[in-house]
Amino acid sequence: MEGAALLGRLTWQLADVVHLVPETAGVKTLALDVPEWPGHRAGQHVDIRLTAEDGYQAERSYSIASAPNGARVELTVERLDDGEVSPYLTDELHPGDQLELRGPVGGYFVWEAAVGGPVLLVGGGSGVVPLMAMIRERAAVGSDVDMRLLLSSRTWDDVIYRDELERLAGSGLTVTHTLTRSRPEGWSGYARRVDAEMLTEVGPAAGDRPHVYVCGPTPFVEAVATALVSLGHEAAHIKTERFGPTGG
Amino acid sequence: MDALMLDGNAVAGLLQEAFGTEMTTATGICDACGAGQQVGAVRVFRSAGVVLRCHECGSVLAKIVVRRAQTCVDLRGLRSLAPPAD
Amino acid sequence: MSFVSRGFRGRRRSDADPARVPPGQYVTTDYPVLSAGPTPHTDLEQWSFSISGEVNETRSWTWDEFRALPSEEVTVDIHCVTKWSKLDTAWRGVSIDTLLDGIETSAEYSTQFSDGGYTTNVPVADLTGGKAWVVYEYDGEPLEPEHGGPARMLVPHLYFWKSAKWIRGLRLQLDDEPGFWETNGYNNYGDPWKEQRYWGD
Repeated sequence: MEGAALLGRLTWQLADVVHLVPETAGVKTLALDVPEWPGHRAGQHVDIRLTAEDGYQAERSYSIASAPNGARVELTVERLDDGEVSPYLTDELHPGDQLELRGPVGGYFVWEAAVGGPVLLVGGGSGVVPLMAMIRERAAVGSDVDMRLLLSSRTWDDVIYRDELERLAGSGLTVTHTLTRSRPEGWSGYARRVDAEMLTEVGPAAGDRPHVYVCGPTPFVEAVATALVSLGHEAAHIKTERFGPTGG
Repeated sequence: MDALMLDGNAVAGLLQEAFGTEMTTATGICDACGAGQQVGAVRVFRSAGVVLRCHECGSVLAKIVVRRAQTCVDLRGLRSLAPPAD
Repeated sequence: MSFVSRGFRGRRRSDADPARVPPGQYVTTDYPVLSAGPTPHTDLEQWSFSISGEVNETRSWTWDEFRALPSEEVTVDIHCVTKWSKLDTAWRGVSIDTLLDGIETSAEYSTQFSDGGYTTNVPVADLTGGKAWVVYEYDGEPLEPEHGGPARMLVPHLYFWKSAKWIRGLRLQLDDEPGFWETNGYNNYGDPWKEQRYWGD
């Protein structure tokens, strides 16, 4: 029963690092096996805790990138140059290491087929991670719900999951990119920050009462949420997950 | 708007440890302005402890301090807190 | 706690003089921003600092008046209860002794109050005798809003939650009034050298 994944006391568990996969230049996916994993819902996250030899600890939260799949949990981590935790996860960890984590947590920023559609996902950079879990979940259960991803990235090379998104697009899933810093030659897509006009063109219309999920750095989420409300989307249908300025 | 602000969802783990159950879908009523909101949608600030603020008026709804083996929770800014409907 | 993350060191510095680091603290070279609420942005035309409560006369200064007061540069170590210590931080501001000069009071306690509603309580004896300032410059530059600007309290011998950001005044009181964090688990006094972080420490 899925509800069981949400109840009860949380404990820290040890996960085994199975492999690491580069996604883009500064982004890696960690594939973990978590022996006592109770399962999770798309959009949930885990809390990671690192402990040094002298007892010093640092904790961060990372969204689960994978759709529910037994004891396998994938996290996609963006390496922040001045981060304390992310460089350890992307540069130091290797297969065979263990990672302490707690989860899954978060019942608020969650999508599953029972929620229905239409669904609008708006992601900024690594904010795409929990949205990808929702897209993968939709594919895994064979849902044909109208789901639209609007993904803002700096450049074409920074687009996380680029090829997989291209493969999954279709049968009700649309993927729209906007590139804010530079574009490849011949680019005819959006080339600016997400705004009300872009949201109107990508749709669905506010009148269709879509479920909206917005994820990314706080200023991005703030701007998008404000634009959505100005277009008439109900605040109660807009769920946000801000990453904040820290978290690295 | 504040770049430091997070959503209630960001402290889902902390809340679950404190309350023993998933809390981000619990509904709180702000004692200052009466606005209802899911805990996942409140504004979260981190300082010496965690501060949850009303997404409508910004008043403090709750403060959470983790002190060694205990979690102290001050809910005085909430008129009510209803557990998740399930 | 027995699990150790292989190869993890974290960002803290280990070359600091241990005599300067209170128990349980780690030294940082950056300046983490922690806040109980959104950053207030107060117009300097509207800003004032006041001393009120159990005093023979309430005093208040506008920004221009405040900046005209005798100020001093102080370099101190600061210790945040979240375990970060930052050594040799340089500030400029007005000593509380200067602000209380000539004020008569029998108050033993004080409450600092700030834009945004934050409060914290400190005994008057811990603010006087060269132990506390209202500062408006950090590292030679005007204090940035996210770090408490235009002006904040500086009470370095206590944990840094006892130094309110966005300070607007001091209320001197006969009775102690636990503040924002003191009413929710944090120690009423907060001496980092005795590791007085929480209630009962």
